[in-house]
Amino acid sequence: MARAGVLVRPYERLSLEQVERIHRSSLAILMDPGILCYNSEAAQVFGDHGADVRRIDESTPACWHVLMPEKLVSQALAAAPRVVKLGARDEDNCLILDGREPRIRFASGSEANNWLDVDVETFVSKRDSRTEVELPVFRVERGTVERLGTAARLCEGLDSWDSFLRNVNIQDEDITDANKDVNKFFASLNNTTKHVMSGLTDLGQLDNVLNMARIIAGGEDAFRDNPIISMITCTVKSPLQLVDDTAQTAMEIARRGIPLVISSSPQGGSTAPIQEDGMVAQINAEIIAGIVMAQLVKKGAPVLYGSVPVRARMDDLCDSYGVPEFNQYNIDCVQMARYYELPCYSTAGISDVKVPGIQASVERLFSHMLVAMSGPQYIHYAFGLLERTNTFCPVQAVLDDAHIGMVKAFLKQPSVTDEDVSQSLGQVRRVMQTSHKLYVRFVRRMLHSGEIAPPYPFEGGDMTDEVLIRARQGMDEILSLPPHHIDKDTVDRVFREVPGLLPRLKDL
Amino acid sequence: MAEDILELIRENVIQGRVTSEDEGMEDGLVGQPAVTELTQQAISDNIDLGAIIEKGLTQGMDVVGNKFEAKEYYIPDMLASAEAVGAAMDLLRPHLARSGVAAKGTIILASVKGDLHDIGKNIVAILLQGAGYTVKDLGTDVETQAIVDAVREEKPQFVGLSALLTSTMARMKDTTEALEASGLRDSVKVIVGGAPTTEEFARSIGADGYGANGFHAIKVVESLASGGKG
Repeated sequence: MARAGVLVRPYERLSLEQVERIHRSSLAILMDPGILCYNSEAAQVFGDHGADVRRIDESTPACWHVLMPEKLVSQALAAAPRVVKLGARDEDNCLILDGREPRIRFASGSEANNWLDVDVETFVSKRDSRTEVELPVFRVERGTVERLGTAARLCEGLDSWDSFLRNVNIQDEDITDANKDVNKFFASLNNTTKHVMSGLTDLGQLDNVLNMARIIAGGEDAFRDNPIISMITCTVKSPLQLVDDTAQTAMEIARRGIPLVISSSPQGGSTAPIQEDGMVAQINAEIIAGIVMAQLVKKGAPVLYGSVPVRARMDDLCDSYGVPEFNQYNIDCVQMARYYELPCYSTAGISDVKVPGIQASVERLFSHMLVAMSGPQYIHYAFGLLERTNTFCPVQAVLDDAHIGMVKAFLKQPSVTDEDVSQSLGQVRRVMQTSHKLYVRFVRRMLHSGEIAPPYPFEGGDMTDEVLIRARQGMDEILSLPPHHIDKDTVDRVFREVPGLLPRLKDL
Repeated sequence: MAEDILELIRENVIQGRVTSEDEGMEDGLVGQPAVTELTQQAISDNIDLGAIIEKGLTQGMDVVGNKFEAKEYYIPDMLASAEAVGAAMDLLRPHLARSGVAAKGTIILASVKGDLHDIGKNIVAILLQGAGYTVKDLGTDVETQAIVDAVREEKPQFVGLSALLTSTMARMKDTTEALEASGLRDSVKVIVGGAPTTEEFARSIGADGYGANGFHAIKVVESLASGGKG
């Protein structure tokens, strides 16, 4: 069994004609101006398979100009699998991502430096000292490996959170580039039985991480059947530049057959055109370039079409996730991925503001809803991110879980069968025979099966907004549950065989 | 045998099943006799009516009430069970006088003149019937004089007046005054309810009680019936 997700009837902004026009525009971009490739091996691979590759004279760092013919692109897109399995420690939590099927799942994301705690304090009215009110106050902490583990435990306890994409940048004193990857993967895997996805800090740690995953999954074959981890690489620096180290990382991951997100995150108005067609054509070309590279090093390598288009704010040129264009760009990218029948790693649920509240709720629910309606297979950034992607707030993640639950409930396919219609007619006829003319008795089956959405779970008293206080209580309840750790023997083996793990993580 | 039927009545009250066509809380009950059929059978079998009411209907509703308090049941469950009990009471009522079982009182319900809203009133009607009261529902947009006439004719112990609009709640005061003017006011307790009404409003128009919601209205009726305050 896999997590079911929700199959949606996709909302589409673009007509097929417009999708094909953007596709042709992306192909044109890949031929003129082409891409700048800063990785020598990638340049070699492209050249060996028919791309026009030329070293730019005396460029420092070394750079190759790569022009990709349509045939090369078409063959690579055809070689990429339509279905990618993201495994999980508990196989019931695995995700089967089918690029031909608009079935949505939600995941966390980013690698936020800040962790925002929510405390509850009592304030006294200046006007009337007998009047007291409890209010949330916010406290910024630094991301640590313990907090990453806490976030993974929260993921485990929240139903709408389908996959744990590491969301906290671990900045402990004893974390270095050389041990960061093994520790972040272990802290995540040891605290959730759901799929774990992350980027890689140091390519030199790739095989240690994979060794850990194999041990936890139950061996090489078990890991192949149930890849409990996957990886993300942002191979492209927009506009149209294949980065040396992430391209190398992507190729090494692809060679090992590990599910891989090929992502790009151009910013409309600064590193990509701000107009919709131009933005989408460019990011599509950038993602395609990465997918072509992965397929050339290993035909059939499992890849996700990773689209993270954003728009620039015009007052500071920072990313803006709360603007309508963000949703337009992302929905268009979902359509492009579906055109290629590739599973789409999409983006929704971030807010520009630093703290939970009205602005945060509006901004994030706007994209949770709209992007989900377009039917991407994997929606990342969806939990707890504030201040663009710089802050993770666990209480906000609890709120997001509830809101995403509402989105999922809304997007469920309607059931209008002959049997349904017959039953409803029966209800109407029976109720019209009663004096009270009420349908309430017929509510019960759906009510008790959970088909009917409950009231907003964080509703407060008559004249108070207690949403954050109640969400904080919800978080505390989840974190008080026993963790779903990896069994002790396996942990011991991981610590014996995988170098760099911090001993204190054994008890985390 | 009698105990078996009483237990089935009790169980079907808990399941909220009026007739055999009804689903219950559990699967596989459609087609099985429900409260209506079982009560009819119990009457035919000459089972003591007091036992039907006490061991079947009342004990069933007690369980439903407990489940509601425990948040295991919701309002639709409560109403379904109350509706089942109300249907059983309709069957039992003609037999009560000759069996010596005391009937609970009668209550007249009406949405006052100008007000077409009746969801709240209808819920109160179901709950009162489920509690064993005889309900005479005059409907919506009821003329004040029609309420006075019904009180004179039916001799109820209670009148329940409902209004959803601030513009129609004034008709409630007209009704208490009309009952006073016709010499009937002392014979009946008047209870008001509906979104714009309040305890204070009820007092201001001389009503005997105020029902904040359907369940509260039942408590008020029970309290007034036992000589308490509304």
